[in-house]
Amino acid sequence: MAQQTSSTPHSDVLPSEKKRARLRKIRRFKDGFSFFGVGFGGLGVIFSLALIFLYLFYETFPLLKPVSMNVGTELSVPASGDPSPTMHMVVDRYEELGARFAQSGAINFFNVADGSLTDRISVTIPEGESVSSFGRSESRKRLFVYGFTDGSLMPVKLDYDITYPGGERHVKPKLTFPLGEEPIRLGGDLERRSFSALHIVDGRGGYAIAAGNEQGEIGLALFETRRNMLLGTVEINRQDYTLPSIGEPIRQILVDDALRNLIAIDRQGKLYHFSIVDRANPELIDVLQVVDDGEQVTAASFLVGARSLIVGGSDGSVRQWMFVRDDQTNKFHLTYIRSFERQPGAITFIEPEYSRKGFITGDDQGQVALHYGTSNVTLKSVQLESNAPINRIAISPINGLALVKQAGRDEILPLHIDNPHPQTTLSSLWGKVWYEGSSEPDFVWQSSSADDAFESKFSLVPLSVGTLKAAFFAMLLATPLAIMGAIYTAYFMAPTMRKVVKPSIELMEALPTVILGFLAGIWLAPYIENHLPLVFTSLILIPVGMVLAGFAWKNLPEGIRHRVPAGWEALLLVPVVILLGWFAVASSPWIELALFDGSMRQWLTDVGIPFDQRNALIVGIAMGFAVIPTIFSIAEDAIYSVPKHLTQGSLALGATPWQTMTKVVLLTASPGIFSAVMIGFGRAVGETMIVLMASGNSPIVNFNIFEGMRTLAANIAVELPETAVGSTHFRVLFLSALVLLVFTFLLNTLAEVVRQRLRKRYASL
Amino acid sequence: MNNWWKSGGPYIWLNAGAVSVSMVMVFGLIVLIVIRGMGNFWPHAIVQFDYQANGQSETVIGALRKTETLTAQALRDAGVVLPEDQALVTRHLFKLANRDVTGRDFAYFIENFMGEWSYPKALTVFERRQWGDFYGFPKALLERGEVIIEGDGLDDALWAEFNARLERANNLAEEIRHIERHEIGAINYQIEQIRLDKRRAELKNELTDAVLAELDQRREALNAEYAQLQERLNALASQVSRDAIVMEVAGGEEVTIALQDIVKAWQPNNMSVMSKVGFYLSDFKDFIFGYPREANTEGGIFPAIFGTVTMVFVMSIIVTPFGVLAAIYLREYARQGPLLKVIRISVYNLAGVPSIVFGVFGLGFFVYIVGGTIDQVFYPEALPSPTFGSPGLFWASLTLALLTLPVVIVATEEGLARIPSTVRQGSLALGATKSETLWKVVVPLATPAMMTGLILAIARAAGEVAPLMLVGVVKLAPSLPIDGNFPYIHLDRQIMHLGFHIYDVGFQSPHAEAAEQLVYATSLVLVVLIVGLNLTAIYIRNHLREKYRAEGD
Repeated sequence: MAQQTSSTPHSDVLPSEKKRARLRKIRRFKDGFSFFGVGFGGLGVIFSLALIFLYLFYETFPLLKPVSMNVGTELSVPASGDPSPTMHMVVDRYEELGARFAQSGAINFFNVADGSLTDRISVTIPEGESVSSFGRSESRKRLFVYGFTDGSLMPVKLDYDITYPGGERHVKPKLTFPLGEEPIRLGGDLERRSFSALHIVDGRGGYAIAAGNEQGEIGLALFETRRNMLLGTVEINRQDYTLPSIGEPIRQILVDDALRNLIAIDRQGKLYHFSIVDRANPELIDVLQVVDDGEQVTAASFLVGARSLIVGGSDGSVRQWMFVRDDQTNKFHLTYIRSFERQPGAITFIEPEYSRKGFITGDDQGQVALHYGTSNVTLKSVQLESNAPINRIAISPINGLALVKQAGRDEILPLHIDNPHPQTTLSSLWGKVWYEGSSEPDFVWQSSSADDAFESKFSLVPLSVGTLKAAFFAMLLATPLAIMGAIYTAYFMAPTMRKVVKPSIELMEALPTVILGFLAGIWLAPYIENHLPLVFTSLILIPVGMVLAGFAWKNLPEGIRHRVPAGWEALLLVPVVILLGWFAVASSPWIELALFDGSMRQWLTDVGIPFDQRNALIVGIAMGFAVIPTIFSIAEDAIYSVPKHLTQGSLALGATPWQTMTKVVLLTASPGIFSAVMIGFGRAVGETMIVLMASGNSPIVNFNIFEGMRTLAANIAVELPETAVGSTHFRVLFLSALVLLVFTFLLNTLAEVVRQRLRKRYASL
Repeated sequence: MNNWWKSGGPYIWLNAGAVSVSMVMVFGLIVLIVIRGMGNFWPHAIVQFDYQANGQSETVIGALRKTETLTAQALRDAGVVLPEDQALVTRHLFKLANRDVTGRDFAYFIENFMGEWSYPKALTVFERRQWGDFYGFPKALLERGEVIIEGDGLDDALWAEFNARLERANNLAEEIRHIERHEIGAINYQIEQIRLDKRRAELKNELTDAVLAELDQRREALNAEYAQLQERLNALASQVSRDAIVMEVAGGEEVTIALQDIVKAWQPNNMSVMSKVGFYLSDFKDFIFGYPREANTEGGIFPAIFGTVTMVFVMSIIVTPFGVLAAIYLREYARQGPLLKVIRISVYNLAGVPSIVFGVFGLGFFVYIVGGTIDQVFYPEALPSPTFGSPGLFWASLTLALLTLPVVIVATEEGLARIPSTVRQGSLALGATKSETLWKVVVPLATPAMMTGLILAIARAAGEVAPLMLVGVVKLAPSLPIDGNFPYIHLDRQIMHLGFHIYDVGFQSPHAEAAEQLVYATSLVLVVLIVGLNLTAIYIRNHLREKYRAEGD
């Protein structure tokens, strides 16, 4: 013990053994704590950066998720007292209440969960008559028309009263009578005959009812409703028309929303297309064989918005036809667009979705299939247990539930559908699509929708082309300027000047792009528009002027020449550039007068080149300005760090400085310059504000320098704040962000790898 | 010549020219912004001239904005009748003001048809709270509709009395604004808090009668206070609307303008250079410290400056520790190997990822997912109106922090790498643990590098607009993110931002032309801010390099 004490010298100044052990412990703990703390923090940061990738994938993934359609448990709706055949079915928007329209005139409402009957409303049938036919409007308008055996018609509208007694939602259905509670008749010769096909429309000009009979005769009644603002009464103004008979029994009749086209389908597979624009003189435009020869049309329906028609044939074929305008005659013709997967049996029923271009079909073998028009896909087909023919299908307004009724079976089958994003497939995002209302397939980006019937057009091609276009023109300006500037600054420039030039060009990089965009859009665009020749004259004049100035300088007397040492050429050229620039501006109107009849802008338009004030030229200049410093800085570093012994060796062997530059320095530094260009390109691709402010943002697909563009980044900035969370549009915007992220990330990685290898090479040289 | 060509001389000159062009572009741009931005506040002379075109004659009063030369053909295409032999035309853009009287704020006038320019001294400019500027000649001063003084406004009793009364009206207006903005704002805030308290208690099933009574009592008290303020406001409103001035505009028409609608009045043609300088400075001060008016096209940009600074400040608080920790981890703790190399390249590359992508991430992940969850857990009483589930200050700062993380990491790593290994080894040899070496020796030495990184991050964040458009910046924020109401800094509020202000006023405003000058001024403020920050960073970096170079030798 005593020995131990003496073996520790200065034991009186050191803390005791115990304290030291404690201190060591604390220090070890601190060391460990710091290790874990820093590790945790550092990994956390890296993880959160990785999270950006993961999250963008997570948000876009649902676009690719396969559609599911599952058959639920059968509902046996009590048919007590009403076993009569089903004419139609609907589901409400909360997917709680289903309705079966029976031929007896009763509408039976039932709970979708358990099949219990909740309500029954009956339509009054005239004494001694029965229902002979049934017609309906687009699903979202919930209008129906009953045709009775005496030829009279009863239009009704189904409405839901929604109340919240005690905080719980209660949906109560009711019938309203927009055209009066009395049955109506279509005028003229058709009065006493019963109809085989009916259709009702709540269109732009009011209501319309079209009816056809077994003789091929067609009647049309238009009802203009006008509400008196003061009294609240509704005035109905009715007009009746008769169309030429088609001479064949009419199976189905359809009228579009705009009340311009009427379509009658016979039992043979022929479709009669009438134009009813001039209602007094309806015109038969086409008679089309819409299914294969020898087959029949067994079902047909408009998609929502009534601009395209789905036709199902007895051979199980499903085809989409659209009204396409003929540019010469200005008439709309029904044109075959695309077909969907064929079903095993004859198509018996087609039910379009409420708010998009999807539809569900059923055939006579018990198969149900879900299709989507725009993207031309059959998303899912399901064979039901019983292969009895499908009689009726109802789909809910939010596309989550379908009710299927098979012929000869009382039970109703619910189908649970998960189909949030049917319109985006690889081919609809990147390929040409024939959209409703256009005359040919095309790449279109048009996401905003005025109403449910709008076909949203999500082609990423215009945006990608716009992005590349903007980046291309920016690089066209930036690459030569930045690389040439870097060559000069790194190799020829006097060191004192380099100390000023390099930071000032790097300062360019820090300038907020919103300022560049603002100047480009507000100042540069109108200026260039008024001085268009300036661009071309300065492109020619300035380089030529520089060379001439150099030649002139060389031939100056030595006394003057030696006052400015080598390496200051750039400074000498500044006044030359300014002077020539001024000259280009001043000469611009004279050039316009001499060559372009006084206005180059007008001249361009006359020649057939469209001109926008905010165009690719402006974007190119502004974004080129933003990209120059990026490329310059990296390229300059690469050239500057080429080992000196290489250049000195070359010069010693008698090469001129320029030969050394091109043959030695540039060759060695070329990977560095390449990576500089890549990084600059990446920056140009992702730049948002400049394009947003200086490009006009029209999503067009061309490379005309005098027209604008819309880029992926600008599109996100414009549209993302306004879109609904979780919608297809939302996810497509996330997809375009992901495309941007992956693209720039790859570019930058490539550039970084090239640079690292270059650095290694320099080190070994 | 041939020799010169062969030696590559022309190419060298061309390369030199590329540098010259770049320099001309940079400095030209800065000069453009400075001139236009500074020019905004100068009291420009107002011109009066007769204009005869298309057989009509009119008297025009306006301030010259710009002059340009066009080909006559371009104007003929636009329908202007010009002499046949004229090739070029000069036209002037004038600001006519009086938007409410004539309906046109700006107009071009072709030099051909102009009479002589005169500068009447009595021409008076009003900056108004609505309808932009007003140009005209003072005629008479009214009190409650009765004429009290008549005159021509040229250094006479009318002008003196008008200025005195304008000051009174402005003081009253200031008082009204103070009550509206601060006192009533505070009461509204508290009333909203009471509503939330009630809802909170309701959600927790603690809403007893006692609590209810207490809340009602608090609300009563606030309502009483509010009524009092309202009364004071009414009294003030009646006082402030007392005076008005009758002005004659260019066409000879007389217009009456209430003094409460006038912010400032001056007679530019009757001012000496000194008084113009004084006016310039005070105008500049009003611009920096004033609040915007008329959809941001008039007034000051104080909320935008304040919002930018607050956001950048919050961002710095977030980004510094995390960036530094990550850099220390990458440089000091992580095992150097291929995996780390990949991670490092990826982190560096994030600096090159488009900023809008960060905005998308911020909106989707921070705002909707994290913010939505926070709302459900901590602010259920405010639902369905979101607290953190909508874009706001905190999310904007967080998004920018993520965006600038690579900048801080790169700079810090560079700083750590620069520290000579001898320093580290010395510390370890003396028996210090790794953490002690790190925190007591290495990190303090690397602080300047961290500072550089932080400043660069701030400069980048201050100029970034695209992601902010998604995560929290608005055109017009009703209140500042920091105020006198608990908890003083409101991270959930939306903010205004200089960069977005430029975009919004320049491109989205109804009077883009009138606001152009203001946008130039805003740009100037932003450029000065960012260039200043960058120069500081460059200075620190250069200083640092030399310091270590000296130590390493």
